[in-house]
Amino acid sequence: MTITPRAMGVAVDRFDGAAKVRGEARYAYEQPVDRPLYLYPLTAAVATGRIADIDCGAASAEPGVVAVLTYRNATRTAAIEDGELRILQSDEVAFRGQFIGGVVAETSEIARHAVSLVRVDYEERPHDVELREGRGDLRVPREVQPIFPMDTAEGDVDAALASAPVRVDQTYTTAWNNHNPIEPHTTIATWTGDRFTFYLSTQGVNGIQAAVAALFELGPDRVRVISPYVGGAFGSKARPHADVVLAALAARLVPDRPVKFALTRQQMFSQVGYRPPTVQRVRLGADAGGRLVALAHESIEPTSKLQEFAEHSTRATPTMYAAPNRRTRQRLAALDVPTPTIMRAPGEASGMFALESAMDEMAIACGLDPIEFRIRNDAQRHPHFGLPFSSRNLVACLREGARRFGWDGRDPTPGIRRTAGWLVGTGVAAATYPVLRLPGSMATIRVGPDERYTVLIAAADIGTGTWTALSQVAADALGVRVEQIDLRIGDTAYPKASNEGGSSGITSWGSAICEAADRLRDELARHGGAVPADGLEVTAAMPENPHISRYAMHAFGAQFAEVRVHAEIGEVRVRRQLGVFAVGRVVNPKTARSQLLGGMTMGLSMALHEQSVFDPRFAQVVTQDLATYHIASNADVGAVEVHWIDEDDPYVNPMGTKGVGEIGIVGAAAAIANAVHHATGVRVRDLPITLDKLLPAA
Amino acid sequence: MVDVEVSLRVDGTDHRLTVDTRTSVLDALRERLGNTSPKKGCDHGQCGACTVLLDGRRVNSCLALAVAHDGATVVTAAGLAPAGQLHPMQACFIRHDAFQCGYCTPGQIVSAVAMLAEAAAGWPSAVTADGAGRGGGAVVLDDDEIRERMSGNLCRCAAYANIVPAVAEMARR
Amino acid sequence: MKPFAYVKPVDIGAAVAAGAAPGAKFLGGGTNLVDLMREGIEQPDTVVDVTGLPLSAVDDLPNGGLRIGALVRNSDLAADRRVRARYPVLSQALLSGASGQLRNMATVGGNLLQRTRCPYFYDEASACNKRDPGSGCDALDGFNRSCAILGVSDDCIAAHPSDMCVALTALDAVVEVTGTGGTRRIPLTELHRLPGQTPHIETDLAPGDLITAVELPTATGNSAYRKVRDRASYAFALVSVAAGLQIENGAVTDIRLALGGVAPKPWRARQAEQLLAGGPADEAAFRRAAQAELASAAVRPGNAFKVALATNTIVATLRELSNEGTRR
Repeated sequence: MTITPRAMGVAVDRFDGAAKVRGEARYAYEQPVDRPLYLYPLTAAVATGRIADIDCGAASAEPGVVAVLTYRNATRTAAIEDGELRILQSDEVAFRGQFIGGVVAETSEIARHAVSLVRVDYEERPHDVELREGRGDLRVPREVQPIFPMDTAEGDVDAALASAPVRVDQTYTTAWNNHNPIEPHTTIATWTGDRFTFYLSTQGVNGIQAAVAALFELGPDRVRVISPYVGGAFGSKARPHADVVLAALAARLVPDRPVKFALTRQQMFSQVGYRPPTVQRVRLGADAGGRLVALAHESIEPTSKLQEFAEHSTRATPTMYAAPNRRTRQRLAALDVPTPTIMRAPGEASGMFALESAMDEMAIACGLDPIEFRIRNDAQRHPHFGLPFSSRNLVACLREGARRFGWDGRDPTPGIRRTAGWLVGTGVAAATYPVLRLPGSMATIRVGPDERYTVLIAAADIGTGTWTALSQVAADALGVRVEQIDLRIGDTAYPKASNEGGSSGITSWGSAICEAADRLRDELARHGGAVPADGLEVTAAMPENPHISRYAMHAFGAQFAEVRVHAEIGEVRVRRQLGVFAVGRVVNPKTARSQLLGGMTMGLSMALHEQSVFDPRFAQVVTQDLATYHIASNADVGAVEVHWIDEDDPYVNPMGTKGVGEIGIVGAAAAIANAVHHATGVRVRDLPITLDKLLPAA
Repeated sequence: MVDVEVSLRVDGTDHRLTVDTRTSVLDALRERLGNTSPKKGCDHGQCGACTVLLDGRRVNSCLALAVAHDGATVVTAAGLAPAGQLHPMQACFIRHDAFQCGYCTPGQIVSAVAMLAEAAAGWPSAVTADGAGRGGGAVVLDDDEIRERMSGNLCRCAAYANIVPAVAEMARR
Repeated sequence: MKPFAYVKPVDIGAAVAAGAAPGAKFLGGGTNLVDLMREGIEQPDTVVDVTGLPLSAVDDLPNGGLRIGALVRNSDLAADRRVRARYPVLSQALLSGASGQLRNMATVGGNLLQRTRCPYFYDEASACNKRDPGSGCDALDGFNRSCAILGVSDDCIAAHPSDMCVALTALDAVVEVTGTGGTRRIPLTELHRLPGQTPHIETDLAPGDLITAVELPTATGNSAYRKVRDRASYAFALVSVAAGLQIENGAVTDIRLALGGVAPKPWRARQAEQLLAGGPADEAAFRRAAQAELASAAVRPGNAFKVALATNTIVATLRELSNEGTRR
């Protein structure tokens, strides 16, 4: 059942806006606590090996040092599966930069300096960090999303490719990307006798609670996690990482004193996951009419030996195009590296760069306009599952985008448009992201006789606008004005919620709130329609969606870019980006637009800038700051236009929403790469597109 | 550890505090004075989240030692307008939704306020046409000027395309 | 950061005396030193804050040149009307560096002594002859996109990061230094040393030597700064070109050319200048000169592109200047 939009669809200013623009919204590290101590970590200086000796004497003697933490005095934690979290349990070193200890001191300056006084001797072992196709130990990842199989096959791809009149066979690579939210991962951990209290920056307080409870073998009621404001996340704050464990271990050494721990920017490159680099081969075969007859997409990626993660770059491919013969294949190499993790549109962001670059190459090979080529190959039913789409408006996005962008009449010839020394080109790419629904959310609604509704759910606002948009959802679920809603999130004291991730927040939390609103209505009816003097309270869990087995549910979009490339020097400037999306109902046009344009800009950044350069000799990222790991600056971004088409999807959830956090980045890099090709005639298949790849000979 | 006593006037209030010589202005504000409006994003001068007005100029407070700024006047985003009120730039940021997570935002806003003053004083930027503002007049802030002058403040949520019109609206006033 | 004592002298003599003490380090704007101290790369026992000294003036010189106090902030110098009118290359170079905030802090003297941004210099776990003499150079076979191709040695390929210095080098700036032995003047081209076997010794300055001013001779002709980097703003140069060019009757009468991002010091392109001087101001001459300057480049796989990049950027910058000259 769907709810009637009244508050939804209104461009409300962010409720937390005034607090944020004054800087008075207090993030985790900024929570006032009594007599805090400061933790600075000791990190491994070798890629693999064991600690032969560790001398903490000088550090311990430093005035102001309260405790020095190593594997020798750390609390023994339970042998949980996630090896990334099992730090300080032995003398083993699993990757360079891994936490092997820390100093707790009265000030951050003392703690950091004291760590430099700890002497560690290692027995180093050779490390294995090479990602390449020929490795004998490449393995199939475990399926992370059972509804999206890692490998798919349909028909006879090889035969179809062999006989196809037009073929594309190319390898595309994407770079190691780090999330780098501007707020680093921060924690204040306090151990008081038998329980932990954490303030920390996370996409999901319940996941942290569960991990800490499991590690320290505590009941979840003895782990309170509060995450007031979150200064960006993009996936790095989705799963618990070792920083939380280190803070907890430190807190155990100094009972009753809050331990403050903020990762440095450098540590953000090894401790909290990253989008793994990918090597992707895409083979396309088309008939003379520009219809795909074969599509093969294969990807290899690294993961760590500690914990498996698969970027799943081929995931979107079986959703996109109606080739009768298809194959996707995903392989992992487990290496001596930090553990990768989800990063904005994991899988789609990297995979659609490859697929949509290849589609551009194939359109050119077929002599077709790239929009027309995509429209010809649009799938009517989900190619892999055979299900109808709950709604699919890829073609509408492409057409509306073409109209708004001024695509008609585009001369496909590359390298012929020049203005004042700059080559000009335009490109297009498609975007998609599944409508994900994460299990486990519950919501409580309380109402008093004053008709104010308190909505409690341990959800997160990582900048996405949850406070505002979820209040709008609650208002419509209850049929009241948004001003009557008091939404409380970010605390394990509230009913548990799934992570903010995979663009699933509104779907999962909103569905739980809608269910609770239904229950509240029933309760009210039992009370004759009037709120009793002592109020009413109901709690409900997110219900199943009966439509999930009947429909494939995906958002779609079309990305356009206009670039200029300096003819002599190779600098790339993106003058214009346009995104048109079909994302179901838009709850708050203001905050949704910000998410989409933020995603598109992060896509620009991925296309042109972002690369954590990994030095295989030492098994570490060497570009570990924001001066060498570039993210787009203001000057890199030109005009960005965001639109969406009206889409009424009654199947996805009661709100009719599909999620907007991820899809903005999907396809953005491919649109830019395709535009660069149109401008210069040079096809760059390895990200980022830096000027040396476009530089003419001297 | 070497402790020194310094005076700082922060958002209109005088403070006398003891700091380690190693303490940055940023840490003095955040950890000693409890003013967490300026943010620590990199502690390297590479993100701009810690931007404050130090004796009237925008600076990265993470690279300023508190001991070297004894007696200085500091204005953070929390002090641009009286408590409970918004500076017009802050109102523009809300109206244009020029932020998401809000973590870089106080730095963006302080930077934007200072940047308008710099342009009004005729200071050029890397994209200023030769001669503009040289006669002492203000530099006209088109979008490219705003982009360049605001590039010392990184925004990972990438609200740039909203920051530029927010600042432009203020620049027109 | 190692604990340190802090002093703030109010006259130059006291500053020099304090700076000459073992383990002392001058502090200007702090944009580089404080960062390096936090990373443990610089570990002074005493920080001598020189910002209380009277070195913040920009004065006209009788000969038509300009005297710039060592404590003039980058933003003030870039906005100075005399600099913008007479030395546009300097204003442009300053404005292409760092960010508005950093330029408000950074001083001329500090910028002259800015240290390299080579990532291995910054990573204490890596071998770096500049940071830890004799330890080796991990940049040679590592990530060296930012590293130098001219004037390098087997011990160090770190590039000098300053933009301002490149412009000052092209302008024949002279650095005034006061030390324990008095005041002396050093041409900027001779202030910085090439790495050789001692990359940790970066300048000819002795302990206590305090940069007090930079003097510019009379301006000649029009000039421009072109910076190429991996981001449109707020990034260090991959290659930069500071050029001054005067043309009469189609012939080059004055040429000044300096390069950034490609050498361990601000690089005056003397070979190119010699080839261009007196000759035709055309595209072919510009390219020949640029190629000659880059002929001695010693590249690594990660920075080999800088030869073409520097060549093309030199040509583009000189062409632009010559077009401007023709228009005027």
